Amino acid sequence: MIEGAAWRRWVFYNIPLILFVFVLLFPFYWMIITTFRPDGELYRPWNAPNYMPFWTNHPTLEHIEYLFEETNFARWMLNTMFIAVVSTLISLFCGVLAGYALARLNFPWAGSLGTMIFITYLVPQTLLFIPLAQIIRNFELGDTPWSLILTYPTFLIPFCTWLMMGYFKAIPKELEECARIDGASRWKAMVYIIIPCAVPGILSAGIIAFTLSWNEFIYALVFLSSPDQKTVPVGVTSELIRGDVFFWGPLMAGALLGSIPVAIVYSFFVEHYVSGLTGSVKG
Amino acid sequence: MAEVIVHKLNKKFDLTHVVKDVDLQIHDKEFVVFVGPSGCGKTTTLRMIAGLEAITSGDILIDNTVVNDVPPMDRDIAMVFQNYALYPHMSVAGNMAFGLKMRKFEKSEIETRIKRAADILGIGDLLQRKPRQLSGGQRQRVALGRAIVRDPKVFLFDEPLSNLDAKLRVQMRVELKKLHERLGTTAIYVTHDQVEAMTLGDRVVVMKDGVVQQVGEPLELYNTPANRFVAGFIGSPAMNFADVTLAAGNGKVWAEAPGLRIGLPEQVAHRVNGRNGGKATVGIRPEDIHIAGPADPAELCFDVEVEVVEQLGSEILLDTRAGNTTFVASVEPTLRTRVHDHLKLAINPARLHLFDAQTEAAI
Repeated sequence: MIEGAAWRRWVFYNIPLILFVFVLLFPFYWMIITTFRPDGELYRPWNAPNYMPFWTNHPTLEHIEYLFEETNFARWMLNTMFIAVVSTLISLFCGVLAGYALARLNFPWAGSLGTMIFITYLVPQTLLFIPLAQIIRNFELGDTPWSLILTYPTFLIPFCTWLMMGYFKAIPKELEECARIDGASRWKAMVYIIIPCAVPGILSAGIIAFTLSWNEFIYALVFLSSPDQKTVPVGVTSELIRGDVFFWGPLMAGALLGSIPVAIVYSFFVEHYVSGLTGSVKG
Repeated sequence: MAEVIVHKLNKKFDLTHVVKDVDLQIHDKEFVVFVGPSGCGKTTTLRMIAGLEAITSGDILIDNTVVNDVPPMDRDIAMVFQNYALYPHMSVAGNMAFGLKMRKFEKSEIETRIKRAADILGIGDLLQRKPRQLSGGQRQRVALGRAIVRDPKVFLFDEPLSNLDAKLRVQMRVELKKLHERLGTTAIYVTHDQVEAMTLGDRVVVMKDGVVQQVGEPLELYNTPANRFVAGFIGSPAMNFADVTLAAGNGKVWAEAPGLRIGLPEQVAHRVNGRNGGKATVGIRPEDIHIAGPADPAELCFDVEVEVVEQLGSEILLDTRAGNTTFVASVEPTLRTRVHDHLKLAINPARLHLFDAQTEAAI
């Protein structure tokens, strides 16, 4: 907190905070207002009389109806959900085991291996999709959800491993040693003691992995082609932008509905999420 | 109940040799304390006995069985850690039950044992709480409870009282001693606090730089330290040391330093035959120095200037200086003296220690 006169608090704290919140939330507001605005208002020129860009007096659900009736939106939601959940589970499973191994097992090159895994995370997806496309074609997985479920872990596993490795390192080693003296094997000590202690970290990794897969665009664009296989980000942008015509109402409705599951996941786990990122283990 | 034997135990971490040829026999029901400064290898030795650290060379026997390659779970030991290492997601009862569940005890047996341990430690009303809802002392008790429910062959304690405040530490120290009297289990205790070592141990092992300096009963270490390190480490306030030159004169052997000349008593003097002109270290405990009186022979007295007066109530600690050498003397609380006063102190000749200047071994 800034100490001193009121003006200091305003200049150094309140005003920057308000600006920051405004910049952060305005796109969401714009998305919501556009979703419920009738086409007549959306395409009105800015210099027309009664032009009201930030509010509508005639809210409508026509764009949402259009989305569900004229496109495969419900199907895209299901696809996205299925792909995001399965790829998150796969990545978490691998990430937790790999993170534990790198943090706790003293094998040669453990440190360098951890760094190498992190480096693979830095390879841009815009390059990686080229060899991956070849592999997907060879395995004849193109245009199926498995093309994404198996390729998303290429960036999710390094991410989960790295995050979990840091989290496992923050858990006191003595807990595990005590469990092993108490009669647990290393596996049991991990399952009964370390993993329960790491739940906040696992939830954080899971939430971020879920969000990354939910929002992923480039692989979904390249590997899926039939309209009923698409995910929300690809479906909405490919089906609702035709040439240079933007169907702003349905586009924004799609974006709004598409962000709801992620918002629910975040708000549900927010407490764990914060403690996961700050790496706190209460002892 | 078991005997623990450590034979020629060594531990190297890459190039650092942290435990060197430790040999020790810990008898059944004995309470042995490892004490020494940070990095002396005491905790590493304990961890090797626990099986948490691999042995570089040597043998560890528990109950006459070599356990060098036996995993911790199969050594039938229990360990209390400095930070308690309570499982944060389990209740107190869950913490205590974990080791028994892992060993597939009957549910009723687990409950009986937890109840008995909780009664012994007075934590019966905490059983449903989580560790984070407990105070430091309560956590310490739970950690002890978790060790005693298992009824192991050996208890290992790794500085278990270091995280407690001074008052609680004294209280828990007494309780630990009582607990050991009651259970009679062989115990190995690591601490850097020599007071804990002296009060708890049946025998104390003093370590420095990975080497055992001396093993003995607390008073044996106090009265006849094997070397200068043990002499300085055991006892509070610490022993005074003066680097002196030995010289013969007037039919006596004199320990001389600038501003200091003490005639060595007969029983000490005959041990330094042939060392005249050589260097040595004189050691004398603060309680073996007193204000000189008419009965004190002149060769055991020396003049000092008072630098600090520490009033402790039951005694006064005088920090004094004689030439280059400082002496702490523990004197009667009735003495009235002030900083910069000049006093004459005398030593108790029977309690004088002498150490070799090079090897630091007791002469």
